[in-house]
Amino acid sequence: MVKYQASRMDRTFSALADPTRRGVLLRLMDEPGLSVSELARPFSLKLPGMMKHLDVLSDAGLITRTKAGRTVSVHLSVGPMQEAMAWLQRYERFWTVSLDRLVALVEADCER
Amino acid sequence: MTNSLPSVTIVRRIKAPPAKVWAAITQPDLMLQWWGPDAGPTLSVEADVRPGGRFSVVFRLLNGDEHNPTGVYREVAPEKKLVFTWDLPGAPEPESLVTFRLEPFDGGTELTLTHERLPDEAARASHEHGWNGLLDKLPVFLGVAS
Repeated sequence: MVKYQASRMDRTFSALADPTRRGVLLRLMDEPGLSVSELARPFSLKLPGMMKHLDVLSDAGLITRTKAGRTVSVHLSVGPMQEAMAWLQRYERFWTVSLDRLVALVEADCER
Repeated sequence: MTNSLPSVTIVRRIKAPPAKVWAAITQPDLMLQWWGPDAGPTLSVEADVRPGGRFSVVFRLLNGDEHNPTGVYREVAPEKKLVFTWDLPGAPEPESLVTFRLEPFDGGTELTLTHERLPDEAARASHEHGWNGLLDKLPVFLGVAS
């Protein structure tokens, strides 16, 4: 279970480490359900190129694709991103408090 | 510097010289006095501060949970920069990287701390900005904005 989650988070971060894929996610936040060709347009990408990016996002669980007739529409899936956010927030809290104490320690030492 | 991975960055201006701050982040007896995310005690610190040396810290939270982050020093530049890996055994997360940067500032020290995912090949290939926009927007989107 623990191992599974770690590798899933690896896939999330690795999927997010590409500007095109981040752009896709940002657009999907504003316009859920865009088709693959609508997503490809602003990046001046050909459909196969966009499909590759969508495969990576899909493997990481960041998007879902549904087919209606000949159109594939793409939606965000928030679970994995929530895990990534939780990671960031946990360490923000950890270091904020620790550094408060560090600063208090070294400044008190200097005033003595 | 690029910002191609999700990371936590905290900057503090400290009224103490870099030598003092460096001592506090590298000497176990001093690390014991501040390392930990709440008022719970730091129980033990081992720190072999040289490239390839290991550290191991045990702290207890106020709720009684104990944690033991460990890691390996990657870069040690006294009074300037300290880089180490961060591994939290038993936690559902991959290894990460912590960097302390110290700069003399107005008679004191400007400390910049970064905690980030270990860069992998995919991340290294991506040198474009864009993380900030996504991360700024994400909390609102996920409904966790404070």
